[in-house]
Amino acid sequence: MRFHTFLLKYGEIGIKGKNRYLFEDALVRQVRYALRDVDGEFYVHKSQARIYVDCDGEYDYEETVEHLKRVFGIVGICPVVRMEDRGFEELKKDVAAYMDELYPDKKMTFKVEARRARKTYPRTSMEMNRDIGEAVLEAFPDIRVDVHDPDVMLHIEVRDSIYVYSKIIPGPGGMPVGTNGKAMLLLSGGIDSPVAGYMISKRGVGIEATYFHAPPYTSERAKQKVVDLAKIVSRYAGPVKLHVVNFTDIQLYIYDQCPHDELTIIMRRYMMRIAEHFARKDGCLGLITGESIGQVASQTMQSLAATNEVCTLPVYRPVIGFDKQEIVDIAEKIDTFETSIQPFEDCCTIFVAKHPVTKPNVEVIRRSEEKLSAKIDELVDKALETVEIIEVK
Amino acid sequence: MREIYLDNSATTRAYDSVGDLVRKVMCDDYGNPSSMHAKGVEAEKYIKQAKERLAKLWKVQEKEIFFTSGGTESDNLALIGAARANSRAGKHLITSSIEHPAIINTMRFLEEEEGFRVTFLPVDKYGRIRLDALKAALCDETILVSVMYVNNEVGSVQPIDEAASIVKAYNRNILFHVDAVQGFGKYRIYPKRMKVDMCSISGHKIHGPKGTGALYIGEQVKIRPVIYGGEQQKNIRSGTENVPGIAGLGLAAETIYTNLDEKVASMRNLKAHFIDGVRKIDNTTIHGLYDETSAPHIISVGFAGVRSEVLLHALEEKGIYVSSGSACSSNHPGISGVLKGIGAEQEYLDATLRFSMSEFTTKEEIDYTLDTLYNIVPMLRKYVRQ
Repeated sequence: MRFHTFLLKYGEIGIKGKNRYLFEDALVRQVRYALRDVDGEFYVHKSQARIYVDCDGEYDYEETVEHLKRVFGIVGICPVVRMEDRGFEELKKDVAAYMDELYPDKKMTFKVEARRARKTYPRTSMEMNRDIGEAVLEAFPDIRVDVHDPDVMLHIEVRDSIYVYSKIIPGPGGMPVGTNGKAMLLLSGGIDSPVAGYMISKRGVGIEATYFHAPPYTSERAKQKVVDLAKIVSRYAGPVKLHVVNFTDIQLYIYDQCPHDELTIIMRRYMMRIAEHFARKDGCLGLITGESIGQVASQTMQSLAATNEVCTLPVYRPVIGFDKQEIVDIAEKIDTFETSIQPFEDCCTIFVAKHPVTKPNVEVIRRSEEKLSAKIDELVDKALETVEIIEVK
Repeated sequence: MREIYLDNSATTRAYDSVGDLVRKVMCDDYGNPSSMHAKGVEAEKYIKQAKERLAKLWKVQEKEIFFTSGGTESDNLALIGAARANSRAGKHLITSSIEHPAIINTMRFLEEEEGFRVTFLPVDKYGRIRLDALKAALCDETILVSVMYVNNEVGSVQPIDEAASIVKAYNRNILFHVDAVQGFGKYRIYPKRMKVDMCSISGHKIHGPKGTGALYIGEQVKIRPVIYGGEQQKNIRSGTENVPGIAGLGLAAETIYTNLDEKVASMRNLKAHFIDGVRKIDNTTIHGLYDETSAPHIISVGFAGVRSEVLLHALEEKGIYVSSGSACSSNHPGISGVLKGIGAEQEYLDATLRFSMSEFTTKEEIDYTLDTLYNIVPMLRKYVRQ
């Protein structure tokens, strides 16, 4: 069946009062962005508190739906058949034909839900419900009406032409990206951080990212993996500005000066400081990490407190209460899992102690960091200066 | 930054002349050799010429040469094609435990999916198959033995002559296949003299194009195709011939064998020089043999206390390209089966690099590499996981 339009349903943003147009405009913008690489001519517009994507020419249905399903803010995607208004009698026949083609097996219940945007139409909504319902019943003996809980809700909308739809493909929900500022994601190449970025972005937040690499201990392929992950996240979040920071010298200096079992914690404190620097520079309103309580030594409550205290921006940890499997489930859904599990070493694990501290005392950590005072500022400055920026889209 | 390429066992830079020829055939003489018109005839001439070149180098007949997409396909065709065609005579196959995955995994396929029994021969501490084990493994059921010419990870040269003699003395109907991907272009290989029935080579290891290979199949060998199609190459290997690739492979083979003795002597000198230099670093080991009986171009060095991947990337930062273990298997993290097979000590298993040279490697490049190692290895040893 050929669909001529997609009607996009949005949930929460419908109730935003006077700001509603901002959210709707953002959604229109994000839909256009999502469809920019899909073959076909798409006309995205809003009309009477709805967003429509008209596609009159040739286009690939599956690909279009796949891309729309990635736009935060969309709750449902309804593929619409547009019928020319050739009088009510013809409409009844056309709707019956529509039902016949879309539901070859008629053992189901349905209900007609007519709505008139064009109030001059010669039938009322009630009359349309009744007469079209009757026509469908007559055409297919197996079909039944159920006005309370129908299998198929058949929508008939009278506009300049007549819009018929009955399927709702679930969208991702959330809010359109760009309506809630942006935040800096600490992206490691593992399973958790891309999921964290996805979840925050789902609430309308644009994403920048910082990745720490440590050549020669981490490879060019590990970096490419992170670029690939950022690219997958950008399918949902829009373009991601990725900061690639060379962390080797800082790491080796900490190794030289500090107790080995505190290496990871101190390292992470410097990662937060550096990520926050770039976040502030670009107007990000918070940091995002993929931390989950107790998953590894550096994510115990004490460790989280120790890394948290170096930041002045809020740190958002959307998977904080998730078990690994719950995170994996989302990673699979958003398609980052396969990339995340490629076996390249990341900079957090290269020197990890056999028994790292699991309950770091912040005072002790601070004292250890004092041992870095001779050179650390210089090394951090160098890392900031030599950052490589990759625009991922 | 300068580029020092010491990963020639992974792949080689193509000769300029090969690049020129491939381009010419691709863009000018692009006919399909099966076409009846002049364009087709012209294309066919390139295939004929490549066959002549290989036939001359191998001292075999042109009709015994088949072109494939590379060493892996040659190995697959040889093993699967011959095993299937001869399974009535028996279902036992023999190979070594240090073969390239193109052999090992094909053998496993035949074992698991096609009901053959496979013996994987052990090797000595220098990485050479044990001939006593070969003798012991042969039985009435044996139909095919496959042994590599030069091991790709440690450069050990296999006793092909002796092995083939043992096999043929036991039963001359048993087929003997040689995977000569690493040996071709370094050694003069004459299959018929060595009683070898099939021999695989690859284009990109000899400064030819990637995606090209050849398989010598002696005319006495019963073999079945593995892929089916338009019945090209006497229906042994269907598919329109990769004419540019085949032309490039032929030219590369001829070129690499021009002045071969000088090239090999030069590589041997550099190898000895490199080994002398590496020995000045504490706690290193050279795997396998490194005298005249080993391959001239491969040096496998273990650096205790340095993870091979880290050293590899540290060298890369200085423009030096090498492999950890074998490039073909290094996408799978895990310990090299070959190093284990030759009984390398635990501390070297994940701490070994392979340096592989070509005729273009210079003494100056080796010296630069040694100097770099002198600087880097002690630094990396300082920073380790505790």
